[in-house]
Amino acid sequence: MDSPLDQERAASSASTSQPGETVAAGAPPAGTPSVKPPLPPAAKPVAKPAGAVVESTPEPAVNKMRRRIVWSSVVIFLVTDFLMFLRFFLPRSILEPSSKFSVGFPADYALGVDTKWQQQYRIWVDKTSDRIFVIYARCTHLGCTPDWKASENKFKCPCHGSGYDSEAINFEGPAPRPMDRAHVELDAEGQIVVDIAKLYKWPKGEKNEFNDPGAYIPL
Amino acid sequence: MDENPDKKETRQLTGDEKSSAGLLEKVKEGTSALKTRAIEEAKGYKDVQETQLWKSIFRVSHDRSDPRNRSLAILSNVFLHLHPAKVNRDAVRYQYTWGMGGITFYLFIVLTFTGVLLMFYYHPTKVDAFRDILYLEHDVPFGKLLRNMHRWAAHLMVITTWLHMFRVVLTGSYKRPREFNWGVGVVLLVLTLLLSFTGYLLPDDQLGFWAVTVGTNMARATPMFGSEGPFGVQLGMTQYNDVRFGLLGGSIVDSNALLRSYIWHCIGIPLVASIFMAVHFWRIRKDGGISGPAPVMLESEMKGVKKK
Repeated sequence: MDSPLDQERAASSASTSQPGETVAAGAPPAGTPSVKPPLPPAAKPVAKPAGAVVESTPEPAVNKMRRRIVWSSVVIFLVTDFLMFLRFFLPRSILEPSSKFSVGFPADYALGVDTKWQQQYRIWVDKTSDRIFVIYARCTHLGCTPDWKASENKFKCPCHGSGYDSEAINFEGPAPRPMDRAHVELDAEGQIVVDIAKLYKWPKGEKNEFNDPGAYIPL
Repeated sequence: MDENPDKKETRQLTGDEKSSAGLLEKVKEGTSALKTRAIEEAKGYKDVQETQLWKSIFRVSHDRSDPRNRSLAILSNVFLHLHPAKVNRDAVRYQYTWGMGGITFYLFIVLTFTGVLLMFYYHPTKVDAFRDILYLEHDVPFGKLLRNMHRWAAHLMVITTWLHMFRVVLTGSYKRPREFNWGVGVVLLVLTLLLSFTGYLLPDDQLGFWAVTVGTNMARATPMFGSEGPFGVQLGMTQYNDVRFGLLGGSIVDSNALLRSYIWHCIGIPLVASIFMAVHFWRIRKDGGISGPAPVMLESEMKGVKKK
């Protein structure tokens, strides 16, 4: 929209403009009680039939190049701001416990499931005849923490009844796949280092990652 | 018949070259056919401003055919209608008006926006507050920039408020009938200063901590409502129930003081200030826009009127 200044310049240069229009645009707006305009009382503009298009002064020619430059600068600025806004929500560091931790030596564990670290790290250490692996204690149905039922030799989820065998392979209930296993490796001293940021899964009908290197420690 | 197939001028095209040349031709034909089809289809589309979708969003015509149309486009839009459809041309004489009121409001918007973003990384607790600011400056992308923008805008807003008041005095825009609006403006000044003060305490650093200590100790000396002010003791004021206690949420500057400061700064005072701003701007609009000098009449316009 043209600023009032532009309108006035255009109006004064085109002397054939309607007197009604210039008076309406030039007089002070109704409502300033203390300012008296130094001119004779404004004449009422000629009544026009409803819906008629009023003759308006021709607008000055638009400099297309300048307009493009201005618009593209505005858009670039806004897009950059928006990207900065999004990046702002992703801090470079977080104050959470590390996902890596040590759980002792393989020799510390007996055959079967050990619940020693369940409260602290949310894992079970499972030792079988040929390997030792770490189960991440999250039910694959909706994420509850199942219980290890030693007397029945199975994991049972209290939320919806998913059942897993002693190697955390699902066999009953709504769980769609076995519980995930955490990445394990031995450090220089021979201690087991667990990393729950890297999980191995075995989705139904897809690749079994439980035999990938890092998913278990062979004995 | 040329028996040497290697001579350039008369060599026949090999089978591969023939098929690749044909392929190129096919691609060219395909794209030009696509283009003509696209043009034909585009001709069939309605002008976007005639579609139902457009008309549902923009209820009135947005063409620029006449002033009534243009005013209607402004008035029927919730964002645009907050601004007058027409503005007295003297409103843009910045040598006279300075535009400081508008700049102050703009800074308020900047502060609100940057402030909301800063809230994502701030916990108003003694344990976290100070460290959160360090975290924001070092580990959050653009965190330092955002914090500095907030701080600069705060300082500038106080300055522009003063300049605005100064201009209003110089132009006599507090005179009848605008006295009430001047009063509203003074309240806004006090709210701006309070916003600055409460915000200052939030980083919980030495500056902020001692600032709130000194400020609330002064509150202790309030007549009648302070435990160490005149007539305070007589009215039963102790450090556990006087106005200082009300400000701090306790008798010492501790975690409650920080939380109260946070709530005043982010919610309480902005809400009150918004209400006062609404009144302030409403008054300006009803008085016919920013107060300016006697309007100037161009000669051509005077001629037009005389014709009548």
